[in-house]
Amino acid sequence: MATGHATDHATVAREVGARFEAAAGLNAALHWSQANLDVEAARLARGDGAGPLGGMPVAVKDNIVTTDAPTTCASRILEGYVSPYDATAVVRLRAAGAMIAGKANLDEFAMGSSTENSAYGRVLHPLDPARVPGGSSGGSAALVAAGVVPAALGSETGGSVRQPASFCGIVGLKPSYGRVSRYGLVAFGSSLDCISVFGRTVDDAARVLAAMSGVDALDSTTVDRPPLTVPAPRGDLRGVRIGLPREYFPADLDPGVRAGLDRTIAAATQLGAEFVEVSLPHSPYAVPTYYIINPAEAAANLARYDGVRYGQRRIGPDGDVRALYQATRGEGFGPEVRRRILVGTYVLSGGYYDAYYDKAQRVRALIVEDFRRAFGSVDLLLTPTTPTTAFRAGEKTEDPVSMYLADVFVAPASLAGLPAMSIPVGRSEGLPVGAQVIAPMMEDERMLAAAAALETIVDAAGEVR
Amino acid sequence: MAATILAADGWETVIGLEVHVQLKTRSKMFCGCSTAFGDPPNTNVCPVCLGLPGALPVPNAEALRLATRAALALGCTIHETSVFARKNYFYPDLPKGYQISQFDKPLATDGDVWFESPERGRVDVVIQRLHVEEDAGKSLHERVPGKTAVDLNRAGVPLAEIVSGPDMRSPAEARAYLTMMRQILVYTGVSDCSMELGSLRVDANLSIRRPGEPLGTKTEVKNMNSFANVERALEAERARQVALLESGGRVQQVTLLFDAATGEVRPQRSKEESHDYRYFPDPDLPPLVLDRKWIEARRAELPELPDAKRERFQTVLGLPAYDARVLAGERAVADYFEAVVAAGAEPKAAANWTMGEAMTGYNESGAFAVAPARLAELVALVKDGVVSGQAAKRVYGELAGGGAGSTESPRAAAERLGLVQVRDEGALAGWVDEVIAAHPGEVARYRGGETKLIGFFVGQVMKKSQGKADPKGVQPVLTAKLRG
Repeated sequence: MATGHATDHATVAREVGARFEAAAGLNAALHWSQANLDVEAARLARGDGAGPLGGMPVAVKDNIVTTDAPTTCASRILEGYVSPYDATAVVRLRAAGAMIAGKANLDEFAMGSSTENSAYGRVLHPLDPARVPGGSSGGSAALVAAGVVPAALGSETGGSVRQPASFCGIVGLKPSYGRVSRYGLVAFGSSLDCISVFGRTVDDAARVLAAMSGVDALDSTTVDRPPLTVPAPRGDLRGVRIGLPREYFPADLDPGVRAGLDRTIAAATQLGAEFVEVSLPHSPYAVPTYYIINPAEAAANLARYDGVRYGQRRIGPDGDVRALYQATRGEGFGPEVRRRILVGTYVLSGGYYDAYYDKAQRVRALIVEDFRRAFGSVDLLLTPTTPTTAFRAGEKTEDPVSMYLADVFVAPASLAGLPAMSIPVGRSEGLPVGAQVIAPMMEDERMLAAAAALETIVDAAGEVR
Repeated sequence: MAATILAADGWETVIGLEVHVQLKTRSKMFCGCSTAFGDPPNTNVCPVCLGLPGALPVPNAEALRLATRAALALGCTIHETSVFARKNYFYPDLPKGYQISQFDKPLATDGDVWFESPERGRVDVVIQRLHVEEDAGKSLHERVPGKTAVDLNRAGVPLAEIVSGPDMRSPAEARAYLTMMRQILVYTGVSDCSMELGSLRVDANLSIRRPGEPLGTKTEVKNMNSFANVERALEAERARQVALLESGGRVQQVTLLFDAATGEVRPQRSKEESHDYRYFPDPDLPPLVLDRKWIEARRAELPELPDAKRERFQTVLGLPAYDARVLAGERAVADYFEAVVAAGAEPKAAANWTMGEAMTGYNESGAFAVAPARLAELVALVKDGVVSGQAAKRVYGELAGGGAGSTESPRAAAERLGLVQVRDEGALAGWVDEVIAAHPGEVARYRGGETKLIGFFVGQVMKKSQGKADPKGVQPVLTAKLRG
């Protein structure tokens, strides 16, 4: 496929449009148009295409604002909403020569792990329509896995890129918190949110990440460091110590996932890596901790959708402002969003703050400390990305807790703000298995270099058993 | 602390004040929008202060500088680490559904200030806390008939909230405290402190008790648009509480609104439930960390405060207490006065001129019409007897007016107006001779021993000379000739 070095941007735009059409059945895209693609191609031809991304088509999760298409967050409440400004990440990608291809479906406001919570219908797994692509960035993952675009932006709050990357058999890359500006990413759990990247290859994902990384005066939480660089390819892992946290390899781990990890460990050993077992003792508390902090922040972040200034407005039966709020928010938000707002409001309420929010923050500090201690003796961590391969649609929708547990291996790195990524390491019964590489804070490049080395030796398309 | 004040009715009043002042910045607290007052609705807005999806706050360094300066001027301890928190509530003029404020880790705490109580002399007041926050917008209920409109120009305007201890004991003391607070904040350039333009707002908490008893239940009074109305509102609320308690009732913890038209306070429409603001640290803003050195630089920036200035005017410049208080009361006035002194004028004379003609003009136009050096020159002309005190006022009027005098030196203006006093003995003798010739009766009485008539003769000479004769020079000439 013509990507990095395409000079005929108009041709690429038409090809991408045709692939969007062909993949329409996946319900992975919320907004795209040939007209927009053509405008992008024309812009690239005028000069931006000379940038490092050389015209690479990149789809954008629909919770990242763009001025040329709606940004709905897959919610009724933002139906038809068009942002008057572009997210910093989008501005930087355009300047670096990306073709912004369209907006991808997601779980409503990024709340979910299967992309079944979209107000505009669920996204189908590209390899098995009965299964989910993971979530919440399932639309972006499916578009990359189906070959519509070589890379796509997702967003991570608690694994929303790594988990679907694992399910779909592609690369999913979450940078260190603060490396990519959140300006223009619709806030969900602000202390956790990271714009993240899907790619067919480590290199594609790394190049997209590098192009949008770096401090941003519009986001006070960005880290004042130079933009990321894409590490030069490295053929081996000699001298690299990799920790295997025992809490991530439970006895009941899916055998296919375990087999995928085993062959990854074998491959890495072959490349010269050294493995040691480590412990991250507070990992079991990551999901409950996450599901206190995240709803608390979400409840405040979603308070602005009140029907007063923008988005959908419903006038309640009494016609007063309270009725306006109730009708707008009651009808505009789906069930999972309402659930998180209720939980978040509860855990911050007078009398409960210490028992929930404050305690969760203290546990979060312990999780950070777990990683810090582990990285005292190893360079990287290797874990399964998910406990299972892609599950069936509807399988977990009635049981939110089982859905939340799909993120058990990805939530800890989010709470700690660490760079982490999932790479495809094979298939189990035809479904992709992902391995997760976690690096110390701000050591994104170290992680990318190791993942690139593994990518050269692991047969991502092969059966693991 | 001064003694308690017990009103004739036997109830002691306890008042604490929360003052919100707008920090004098060009742009808002968390975005670059203008803070200009009075622009058309919703013209000073952007994605950040509108709370659009994806927008993020970035703190305004100038606002933090001003807030720190205010806290230092109020004697507060500045915390090197403070935390922005979200205060959650729904209201149409609150774009994000939360206000960015500070909660359990404010910028500053534990200040102390004092004011002169009309009733009990010096009163020390604790400043419990000073924190930084953003303002909300404004709901406009009359603009669109039957509907409520929202203007978000004010949304995001930087405020400092300054909370006093329950240290005031009467409505008049509340007013005196506010006057002191405004003086300090205007002095330090922190705020304009204009209640009319909304750059200063007061919420007052008041309770009453019998002396020696624990604090009573307090109520909060809002919606006062002047310091005078704060005093009126608190008088009304005090009277309401006294009547309530004396008729066997109980004070409910409510918020009341003052109605300036009727002079009454009435309970705010009761909310359906009490507010739980669910404060938590704002994850969009890292903790605010202020370097010790930076804080000390802010301290070094502080101007001399009104207290110290008043003290110095009395002890160093020898002004009476009244003059010192008036001049130190407003920074622009004090600065003008000091400039006149620095240009060589004698302090008491400079004080009289500043508090008289100069301040009258300043209060009318907001500016001093005569440059300090020129006023100092005029003061010197009077001191040297070149012009009389009376004539100097005419010269001042000329200097301050828009005519020829506005560019002349005081001496040139006095000369042009013919106001320079005549000391030439020949000229004086001429006027004296004319006066003696015109009043033979009085001359005879004087010579008969009625020497107090000397004043009459001096007056006549001044009149004859049209005020130009130097009275000091007239007397010896008169005495000599009358003895003649």
